[in-house]
Amino acid sequence: MLTRILSKVALALMVGLLAGCQGGVLDPKGQVGIEEKQLIIVATLLMLLVVIPVIFMTLYFAWKYREGRDEIYEPKWSHSTKIETIVWAIPIVIVIVLGVITWKSTHALDPYKPLEHEKEHINVQVVSMNWKWLFIYPDLGIASVNELRFPANVPVAFSISSEGTMNSFFIPQLGSQIYSMAGMVTKLHLIANEPGTFDGISSNYSGGGFTGMKFKAIATETEADFDAWVEGVKAESIAGSINNGILDQASYEKLAEHDLDAHHHEPTPVQYYNSIKSSVFMDNVMKFMKDHGKVELLKGTVFDSKMIHDNSSHGHMDHGEMNHEEMNHSDMNHNESNHSSHDMHTEADK
Amino acid sequence: MSGFLGKLSWDALPYDPIVITTLCVVAVVGALVAFLVIKNNLLGVLWRDWLTSVDHKKLGIMYIVLALIMLMRGFADAIMMRLQLALATNGDPGYLPPHHYDQIFTAHGVIMIIFMAMPFMIGLMNIVVPLQIGARDVAFPFLNNLSFWLAASGAILVNISLGLGEFAKTGWVAYPPLAGLEYSPGVGVDYYIWALQISGIGTTLTAVNFLATVFKMRAPGMKLMDMPIFTWTCTWANILIAASFPILTAVLAMLTLDRYLDFHFFTNDGGGNSMMYINLFWAWGHPEVYILVLPAFGIFSEIVSTFTGKRLFGYKSMVWATASISILGFIVWLHHFFTMGSSANVNAFFGIMTMIIAVPTGVKLFNWLFTMYRGRLRITVPVLWTLGFMVTFTIGGMTGVLLAVPGADYVLHNSLFLIAHFHNTIIGGAVFGYLAGFAFWFPKAMGFHLNVKLGKAAFWCWLVGFFLAFMPLYVLGFLGMTRRLNHTDNPDWNIWLYIALVGAIVIFAGIACQLLQLYVSFRDRKQNLDTTGDPWNGHTLEWSTASPPQFYNFAEVPVVSDIDAFTDMKEKGTAYQRKESYAPIHMPKNTSAGIIMGGLLTAFGFAMIWHIWWLAIASLVGTVVTFIVRAYTTDVDYYVQPDEVAQIENEHLDNVAKG
Repeated sequence: MLTRILSKVALALMVGLLAGCQGGVLDPKGQVGIEEKQLIIVATLLMLLVVIPVIFMTLYFAWKYREGRDEIYEPKWSHSTKIETIVWAIPIVIVIVLGVITWKSTHALDPYKPLEHEKEHINVQVVSMNWKWLFIYPDLGIASVNELRFPANVPVAFSISSEGTMNSFFIPQLGSQIYSMAGMVTKLHLIANEPGTFDGISSNYSGGGFTGMKFKAIATETEADFDAWVEGVKAESIAGSINNGILDQASYEKLAEHDLDAHHHEPTPVQYYNSIKSSVFMDNVMKFMKDHGKVELLKGTVFDSKMIHDNSSHGHMDHGEMNHEEMNHSDMNHNESNHSSHDMHTEADK
Repeated sequence: MSGFLGKLSWDALPYDPIVITTLCVVAVVGALVAFLVIKNNLLGVLWRDWLTSVDHKKLGIMYIVLALIMLMRGFADAIMMRLQLALATNGDPGYLPPHHYDQIFTAHGVIMIIFMAMPFMIGLMNIVVPLQIGARDVAFPFLNNLSFWLAASGAILVNISLGLGEFAKTGWVAYPPLAGLEYSPGVGVDYYIWALQISGIGTTLTAVNFLATVFKMRAPGMKLMDMPIFTWTCTWANILIAASFPILTAVLAMLTLDRYLDFHFFTNDGGGNSMMYINLFWAWGHPEVYILVLPAFGIFSEIVSTFTGKRLFGYKSMVWATASISILGFIVWLHHFFTMGSSANVNAFFGIMTMIIAVPTGVKLFNWLFTMYRGRLRITVPVLWTLGFMVTFTIGGMTGVLLAVPGADYVLHNSLFLIAHFHNTIIGGAVFGYLAGFAFWFPKAMGFHLNVKLGKAAFWCWLVGFFLAFMPLYVLGFLGMTRRLNHTDNPDWNIWLYIALVGAIVIFAGIACQLLQLYVSFRDRKQNLDTTGDPWNGHTLEWSTASPPQFYNFAEVPVVSDIDAFTDMKEKGTAYQRKESYAPIHMPKNTSAGIIMGGLLTAFGFAMIWHIWWLAIASLVGTVVTFIVRAYTTDVDYYVQPDEVAQIENEHLDNVAKG
């Protein structure tokens, strides 16, 4: 009975995995996602080396040594150094192998690490708001809401923050996700290996309209296609689009306005900004620090959002150095845990 | 300024037809129970023998009753969620709007972990641990009663939120800034805070109490490395509670200051940082899952060794494996947020630490297997739960190790894969363990057997239902479905959501079988009495007492010389010896201080939630005064006279001789 159920479940799982070939994390379209899929498969196979024998032995021993079968019965047998050594050794060996894989893969797949690629990456600043995503292209001078466009086969560097609650920026088919947190900037590097339209979501619950917090990530076929789109946004010439003009502090705040009791079922429609105030991203990251008493003391020496913006928008800058800049700012703003987190990362990378 | 009733007004009453219907059903059932109690003149019995009891066995039973009631509440939430997700496909909004649905998944998590699993575990520990170590009660019997009422107080607050106001809409982890005043201005998060705070203090007190009990009150001859394995696993769980619950108390206190006094520990502005909450929460939250599962491991160990009629294989390995799990359990909390942006070194460290836990856990599985090896396994209901656990939990452990690889977690974090994983370990590990322990110790606690047919039916429904409900969630996780969605619009997901609903319904059938089993077993109890006190040919001291045990547990404190102390006595022929005379037994008196303090603290929590300041002050002062009065009471104990002991013991021994 048990085995029959199990085989059915296993069958269902396999069918499920096959069905998983459309969308989702087992159908990756980007280098990061492809490596993560391979990692999942290798780790799973490695563990099945122990899991399958244990499940088999459970059912077999239960059947073989059940009452009334007159198998050998040794009620006082409770220790065997040989067996105990083996039962400690097997999981230790598996975990050592898995540990090595983990150490290597965690460094290889570090979301903060820029992808090695012949092409220079595109910078995108991402802000999660209740309940929509704002994408700012600082080098291109445009911004969009709930639509993220970039060329296939060009790496994209994301700087991610939040306007309010914590969310997680995630495009399942491209790979890794990372949290968006107000007053802090996290980093993520992704690439699409082929053109396509992929689902983008928040994968950290953030309140009433969370379900509708979706966007489309569109990898264009060529860089020219992408450039044409950028020009279209700038010229407000994309048919049927909502054009909001410039993204400055006023229009940012208007976009960020949220309704706590929102019964949102529909995602916020795609909108474009044909130009941006270049510091708008870091201004809004740093605004949470303004009220902090100690910042007042240091004001003027610290709070130069233009400078911060310049640092974070030049993607080819060294990773550690970039964090170092942020760390200094956090430090001066006396934001203890922000400090320690970035500190941790910086120290570790050096 | 707030008025006489603070924020409480007519607006707090529910308007949702689902909630109103639920409340009506609760009211009818409550009235029916009250009617039966009064009609059968049980009010006095209930008060004298149960509510004010300091007897660990009765408190244990009350904990389990609380757990079963909350299981039904939490399961009602579960099936409502599954129904919503099965209906709300292809963009359909379903029948639960976000503001209701979000409360349901928060309540489901809080109730199942804090008010179902914890009371169930603590209930079994209460019934069994003092008996296993040959003690007459716990170290501090009144404190034990108070702990129960603090747990009940938290549960009552959660249930009040159903009818007055709202519960948190934050998820059971209540991460700020979402749980802060800015994004959750209602009373929901306050219900969450006070329910967890009050019951959490009760849990801490329980741990202190049981640690004192096992360290100071073991029967003569029982060294630490002679303690029954269930007692050992409970002891490690209690060490974890004593070390981790204060963190929860502190982090909730800080969230309280943020929400009530405009502090900025976890706010976005004013120098606050929500990352600190998330770290502290999981510094409690991760040990918490081991608190739940370690005693379950102990239960499986007892069951395997009892029903194979063998000694447990590798007792010392088991103890040290439990110890390593407990200690490692404290240095893995960061794996709950690999995606926060820590460096590769940090993530890799916590990932590998997490994997190392698989080693002692794997050892435990092998030790259960080798306990079965060359044994004579009786396939009883507790054994079915154990086998079901070994198969199910192995799968859950595997997916857990997979999630511990940061590179895999980057795409599986917060997905339904994660939901499937932790239900796989908590249901397949902890809940199966408690239900196994329930079936195993039921005759001991109640004095009669459970109906076997319905017990087996319940097991199969739970097992099949579990696989149907949660295997699809693994698939959905791979398909990119994240948790806490209110509705979906991906046609590829629909079939899996439907299967999961069917699974939940099959689990419901399992719960129904168990309720029916309780009813049938109680109805036929006269035919199924456990007269010997040792229905399974047990190994440990709890089976040497009558069923239910004498209120003083042991007429004479036993002298122990083996891990399987009772088997040892049966083999040496020293079990069931009739004594010429008995010494008087020193016992604690029942007290109403616990229930009074629990009641006052419920009022305090309620007053704090609704900002009714005068009531908050009055009830807090009342609680302190009650405690002081109790502390100065000297009339707290009495002696059971030798005549009475002799009469009870002889009756038991006559029954054993007849059986």
